[in-house]
Amino acid sequence: MNAIPTYAAQTPEAGLRAALKSDRPDIISTISASGLKGRGGAGFPTAVKWNFAAAAQAARKFVICNADEGEPGTFKDRVILMEHPDLVFEGMTIAGKAVGAREGILFLRGEYAYLRGGLEAALARRRERNLLGPGILGSPLTFDIRIFMGAGAYICGEETALIECLEGFRGEPRNRPPFPVNTGFLGFPSVVNNVETLAWAACILANGAPWFRAFGTEKSTGRKIFSVSGDCRRPGVFEFPLGLTVAQLLAEVGGEDAKAVQIGGAAGQCVPAKEFGRTIAFEDIPTGGSVIVFGPRRDMLDVLRNFLEFFVDESCGQCTPCRVGNPKLLEGVRQLQAGTCSMAYLKELCALGETLQLASKCGLGQSSPNAFLSVVENFREEIMGRMAAHA
Amino acid sequence: MLMTERERMAAEIRALAGQLGHDRTSLVPILLEIKRKYHRIDSYAMQVIGDLLGIHPVEVHSVVSFYAFLGDRAQGRFVIRLCRTLPCDMQGKDRVMRQLENDLGIRFGETTADGSFTLEWANCMGMCDQGPALLVNDRIYTRVTPETVHDILGECRRVFGVHAAESKEVRFA
Repeated sequence: MNAIPTYAAQTPEAGLRAALKSDRPDIISTISASGLKGRGGAGFPTAVKWNFAAAAQAARKFVICNADEGEPGTFKDRVILMEHPDLVFEGMTIAGKAVGAREGILFLRGEYAYLRGGLEAALARRRERNLLGPGILGSPLTFDIRIFMGAGAYICGEETALIECLEGFRGEPRNRPPFPVNTGFLGFPSVVNNVETLAWAACILANGAPWFRAFGTEKSTGRKIFSVSGDCRRPGVFEFPLGLTVAQLLAEVGGEDAKAVQIGGAAGQCVPAKEFGRTIAFEDIPTGGSVIVFGPRRDMLDVLRNFLEFFVDESCGQCTPCRVGNPKLLEGVRQLQAGTCSMAYLKELCALGETLQLASKCGLGQSSPNAFLSVVENFREEIMGRMAAHA
Repeated sequence: MLMTERERMAAEIRALAGQLGHDRTSLVPILLEIKRKYHRIDSYAMQVIGDLLGIHPVEVHSVVSFYAFLGDRAQGRFVIRLCRTLPCDMQGKDRVMRQLENDLGIRFGETTADGSFTLEWANCMGMCDQGPALLVNDRIYTRVTPETVHDILGECRRVFGVHAAESKEVRFA
């Protein structure tokens, strides 16, 4: 029944109790030994992030949980927050102890406002049980968490844009460096971690680094929560070890006849059937957990059009490559659908896509052409020479 | 003392700022609350908020115009946001769209003349395995079909009946 067996099997607060007994550097070295990498998709080593924030000298520090889950096809954070909110709050408290922060903020996307009541109730229960607030479980640790509602912007999933929103500005990403671990919310060192990353951190503290490393590959340790949707028989949330092949995943979810799979959401990669032997791991196909399966009859240009409409709508408009480039790519897809795109122009569009990857300021523009380039490369036969009737 | 709706809103903004703090970090929470209550953030509200937080109203407007859940256009009491992202698209969001437009007599982006319903698009709302999904204000509906659209609207209208008295009080106070 439970979609995330490992989380369900956790002893409540075992990770927090272990962390309270450890010194700050020991907590970080446990996370470091586990090899935990950011579960939001970027795959940055969590221990490195925590270490930077721990080393920074400041009057205030923040632990921010990024629950601005907006990547198309991703919904595992919603399920984690619904079914295992305490594990996430436990992870935030552990992070608070590790980096020396007293304040935690859960940045919850506006679309998940219906989760807020349950989360506030979970926080209130934790305060009652002395798991939050001053002197947690009799230790000198003081830490509390508040919820901040987002206002409907995909770009706020980018950590510096998220901080801009917290500070009351437009969600426009900042130049990095300086990184939030040094200069984050209100200029104070801030750790920004994905919901799932924090939940795993709590599990790792409870069970030890070797327990976590028992699954996954050398560079991508541990298990990962996947959100599966599209043309398959069993869509939903799954827990798999990293390093499994696309074909293995498809067999689990009932999508063996797929002609392609979009891994990592709209910003991820479109993997054609001939590459289903590749592995899902940070060293091959990285993912934040989104898997969208495309069945044999799916029109890849419809897919591209939908993704590009998404990026045109969600681009913050700050930098030119992303603001102007995405509408040009979308126009190109419409031309392909109408059967009016020359090969020469298609090549120009691909060059434009590469420009976006290189010249955009943040991850949105750097990754928005991925699906376009991949479909043009792998499905050329399907997309060229259309009759207008296909549009 | 008789209060116009404007004064009432200004008092509410002052109370919110008192509660959340008079610095810029309160901006988005205040705007969300005003939008939820008044279904729009007009230039007067932006001026009041700007004065209280010590920022130029243009700064307030820059934030209002950036976020999908804010915006300075008046919206209906029920804002229906249908997810248009790929998984919901693959599960038939276009037919739900057509039925919503037919049942309400408006197009997406518009508000009904009686101010009760607004139709908006939303980008991925994290219900990809149970699409098509839509939000009515904060409430989520999944596996929506053209047939269930009618029931969802009916449910809203029943709620609207209760709230209608409140809105009358505001108008005539």
